[in-house]
Order: sequence, then structure tokens, then C-alpha cells
Amino acid sequence: MKKTTSDVGLNRTGIQTSPIDSKETLEGAQQGVPSSPGSGLGILEVRALYAKESEGLGTVPVPATLKGMFTTAKELLKGNKPTVFIDKLGERLGFERTGVRLYEAALCKFDIHGPWQGGPSREQLEKILRDELSHFILVREAMEKLGADPTALTPSANLAAVASKGIPHVLVDPRTNLVQCLEALLVAELTDNAGWELLIELAQGLGQAELVEQFEQALGVEAEHLMLVRRWLIAGVTGEAGVREEAGVPAP
Amino acid sequence: MALDLFKEKGVALDRQVFTWKDLVQRPYSKLDDDAFTRVRVIFMNGIEADALRFKHIAARMSRQLREPLALIRRVEHHQQTMINWLNPPDQNPLETTLGFEQVAIEVTASVAQKEPDPYMAQAYRFGLLEDFDHLYRYAALYDRLEGKDPNCLIQSYSDIRPGRPTVVEHRHPLDDLRRPYDMRTAHPLTKIHALLITAAEFQTHDYYMTVGPMFADPVARQLYAEIASIEEQHVTQYGSLQDPDESLLEKWLLHEAMELYCYQSCMAYEGNPRVKAIWERFVDYELGHLHFVMELFQRLEGRDPAEVLPATLPEPVDFKSHREFVRRVLSQEVDLRAKGTEFVDKAEIPPGHRSLIYRDTLNADGSPSEIAAAGYQWMPGTELAGRVQGVGVGPEGRLQS
Repeated sequence: MKKTTSDVGLNRTGIQTSPIDSKETLEGAQQGVPSSPGSGLGILEVRALYAKESEGLGTVPVPATLKGMFTTAKELLKGNKPTVFIDKLGERLGFERTGVRLYEAALCKFDIHGPWQGGPSREQLEKILRDELSHFILVREAMEKLGADPTALTPSANLAAVASKGIPHVLVDPRTNLVQCLEALLVAELTDNAGWELLIELAQGLGQAELVEQFEQALGVEAEHLMLVRRWLIAGVTGEAGVREEAGVPAP
Repeated sequence: MALDLFKEKGVALDRQVFTWKDLVQRPYSKLDDDAFTRVRVIFMNGIEADALRFKHIAARMSRQLREPLALIRRVEHHQQTMINWLNPPDQNPLETTLGFEQVAIEVTASVAQKEPDPYMAQAYRFGLLEDFDHLYRYAALYDRLEGKDPNCLIQSYSDIRPGRPTVVEHRHPLDDLRRPYDMRTAHPLTKIHALLITAAEFQTHDYYMTVGPMFADPVARQLYAEIASIEEQHVTQYGSLQDPDESLLEKWLLHEAMELYCYQSCMAYEGNPRVKAIWERFVDYELGHLHFVMELFQRLEGRDPAEVLPATLPEPVDFKSHREFVRRVLSQEVDLRAKGTEFVDKAEIPPGHRSLIYRDTLNADGSPSEIAAAGYQWMPGTELAGRVQGVGVGPEGRLQS
């Protein structure tokens, strides 16, 4: 089991590993002439061609209940597009739910690698896990009240899962330690904070005062997660680097 | 009206051409398309993969067939490309895996019900219950690893619950061989079924062997290793249903008929017009292949293709939910085990039997499929939705019961 991240060793990936071979490889590359003129811009042109033919990732499902249909129809009359709100609610729901699994994995890492000065306690990680779970419930209830199907995978939820698919990968890899996992959790928490901010904007715009209040509380909790994760990560990295005697700021 | 295999010539081989743009088309939508469109794409990729596999091996064994095999094989490679590239990039390998298992459940269930030979039908039901269990194991993994709902892919067409537990599916190789059909007396549909299920299972095996190492989680890596091993068993089982005494050309002719049958089945059920157009195009291509091989069969073997092929294709594969059939098979046959080529109740497997020794050896350090799905029951919105049933969020935004 390895607790540290940046030890010196036999990394072979750079050209300095083999000065003679790399010189020849460079010569070989320079002697080869491209078979087609141009630059990497050609890739962008083909990408644009396909983009023009695309119909997007998918749609938001039609709300099944009368309550939902009524709300949606009313908002449509006002010129709003309430499906955007449902789409983004679906995104937060999925993200928070996956967040529970991320912190389950982080707890597993904690139990293996243990604490470090300025790092998290088990209780702190458990609390974040419970917070993620409560936010999942919060969004689920909000979707149900609006008549939306909280089990549907909305386009934004799908997109967020694609954008963040490396995060669980880092957390469940037995070769990573908890400090490395905090790098991934930082990405998740940054995204999550921005996601809640956007959701609050949307709820405000749609006049959902009760939801705005609940979401602001959730954002407050997520801001706390972000601050903690950032501190724990700094403490872990600077601690290994030996650049700070008192690594990290004690968590509140 | 039924297609007359001997009159409909389809598209000639030299007119079966592609461009790269043509091969790489807009994929189906993971969110909006019907789960059975995904099922058909995964299935037909498997059929064409087997077309290539068979032809490569056949070419190693026949000097006179090398050239005609190469000609058709190249077209089939491109057919496979066009089909496989319909899978969308936002569908990750575990999500595609759920699709693979849905293929194995629903296509095998259709085949098992249409199969005229009772022994063959039993073999399909036997394998079906094992693939049914794989869906449950992978669903648990998906839920627990990614926090996502497997039913978003399955779309409520198939049950997500244990079948014959994967942990007991591991068998000695000699308990995976089955009695082959008799090429002289078997119904053409029996031959087609054996070929198409072998093809689908072979691709499932190859897919798991490719994506398994891409996972970071050790239980995921182990689960893919474990289920890939069962897929190897299934390929052994289904492959052994085919009569080994058929000539290469007869096998080839049957394979082309099987491919045509599968495309026609897809065409009959497809709701996505762009995908349907591909199935229609490839029905015509396959007719071209079939007639090409019919001519070889007549010329090189001096035999009439009508000895082997039916005049028209049988009723198509039913691309629909077979929930009630699967539940019935599950309740009646979950305790069956294989003993040599026969299916017996598990009580008839004596202690110390080769398959028990084989299984216990593999499971000696723990069972990935049991670990992955320990205590798992699917519910809408994932297992976590069940964890918080009756729990609300308090005024501070904290959980409260």
C-alpha cells in the first residue's frame, strides 16, 4: 500500500529516459513528410459538419401528472420554458446521488490510508456523505412537486455524468490514495457549487421562493464542502512536499 | 409478403460500397430512443462480428474459398462498422453492458419460444436464466459504482432480479458441451437459431474481454472477468449445438441466411427511421451475399441450396419484452444444472462432481458477482432512493427521519 504520491522512480515516459533512441526518434519524425497538407483544423471542420447534422443528446420527458402539466402549461403561457428547470434539477439530482457513492469510496480510502495533519476526519467525510444524500432527497422532492419524473435521466444530468466520469474512476482505483482522491473531489465540489448557484437563479426566475430558500441552504452546505476539500488537499500535498511545517488550516 | 429467398437477389456484391462518412453516422439517442433500438444495434454488431470471425477461420481451412470469403468479409466488416458506430459516445461501457445483457435476455427468450426442437429450446432457456442473472449483477454494479439507475437503459422492459446465480454458473468445460442438431433432419430455424445465439454470445464475450480492464474498481474488474468466463461457457454451449459434420460451404450458406433473417427481424420492429433504413439496406446486401454463396454451393459442392435453405424466412425474432416467459422459466428451471450434455436438477449432481470442483476452485477467494450484488434489490431512482425512504430533509437542510 502506498500513501505518498510523488516519489522518485523509474518513470520511462519522457525522452530523457533514452537520450540515444529519442534523438533517432526525433530524426525519424523529421524525415517523414505529411501525406496531406494543412493542420489540425481539419479535425474541427469535420466536427462542425457532424455538429450541424446532430439533434443533440436527448430531451426532457413530458411531465406525467396533471399537476405538472398544469404548471408547465402556465409557465409556457408566460413565455418561460420550465423544462430547463426540470433538466437542471435532474442534473443536480444525479450529481448529488453520484456524490454519495464518491464519498463512500472516499471513506474506504480514509480507512485504508488514515488521517494526516490538516486532513479530514472520518466524521467529517461521513457528514458530507449525508449532506449529499439529503440534497438528493431535496431535489427529488422538488421534482415530484413540479410533476417531473425524478427517475428520468435528463440531458443535463447525462451531460454532467459524461463531463465528470473520471471522478468516480479516481475514487475507486485501488492505486490512488485519499489525497489524490481529493483532487477529484475538488473538481466535483467546484462543479456542484456552480450547479447550485445556477439552480437558484432559475428557481428565482420562475418565482419558486420556497425552493430558492432550500437551495440556498444547500449551496451553503456545499460551499462548506468545497472549503474543506480544498484545505484537506492543500494540507495533504504540502505535507508530502514538506513545504509547510503546520500543513493545512485546521478544519472548523 | 414473405421474402422468396431464391427469387429476391438483393444488391450485387460489387455495388455494396461505403464511404467513411457513410460508415460513421449519427448515433441513436441514449435518452430518447427505445431500448430495443440499442438491443438491435448491439445484437447486429454481434451477428456481423461472427460473420467475420467465421469467415476468417474458414479461410484458414479452405484454399478454394479464400477469395470469395475475402470479398464478402470485407463488406461485412463495413456493415459491422456502420452498426457498431451507431452506439452513442455518452453511453459508457457499463451502460452498453446492460444493453448486451438485455439482448441476451430478450433475444434468447424469443428464440427459446420459437425453437422447434425441445432439447435446443431447453438449452436456450438454460442459458437465458444465466444471462438474466448477469443483468442483475451489472445493474447492482452500475448503481453502486456510479450512483445511477440501470433502468434508464433497460426502460422497464426486463426485470432486474437474480436468475440462476452467477456464482453457481461456473462449470467444467465438458458440462458445457451439448448435443448438436442433425444437419439432415433439423428444421432450418433450428440451425439459424444456433448460429445467431452463438454469434451474439461470442460478441458479448469479446466485449467484456475488451472493456473489463478499463474499469478502475477491483470488484468491477473481477465481475467482468467472472461473467466473461460464463460467456465463454455460453459460446461453448451454443457453438456445440451446431452439427460439426456440415461442410464449410454449408455453414457459410446457413450463416448468410441467418444474417438475412436477423436483419429482416430488425427491420420488422425498428421504430427509428434512420436505423430502419440501415436494416433495409443490409437486407438487400445480405440477399446479395446469400445468392453469391448459393452459386458457390451449387458449383463447388454440386448441391441444391434448397436442400439446406427454406423457401422463405421464418417469422422474425420478437424484439419485445418477454417478461412473463422469463418469469415462468425462472420459477420452473432455476435449479437446473448441466451434467454432460443433459440438464438435470441440482440434486442429481453428486458431491465431488467435476463441475463442483471446478466451481469451488474458481470461487475459493470469493465471488465477485455475490460481492457486487450483496443485498441488492433494484428500485426506481437507485438503491439510494430506498435508503432514504421515510427520511426527509429538515429546516437546516440536514437529513431527518
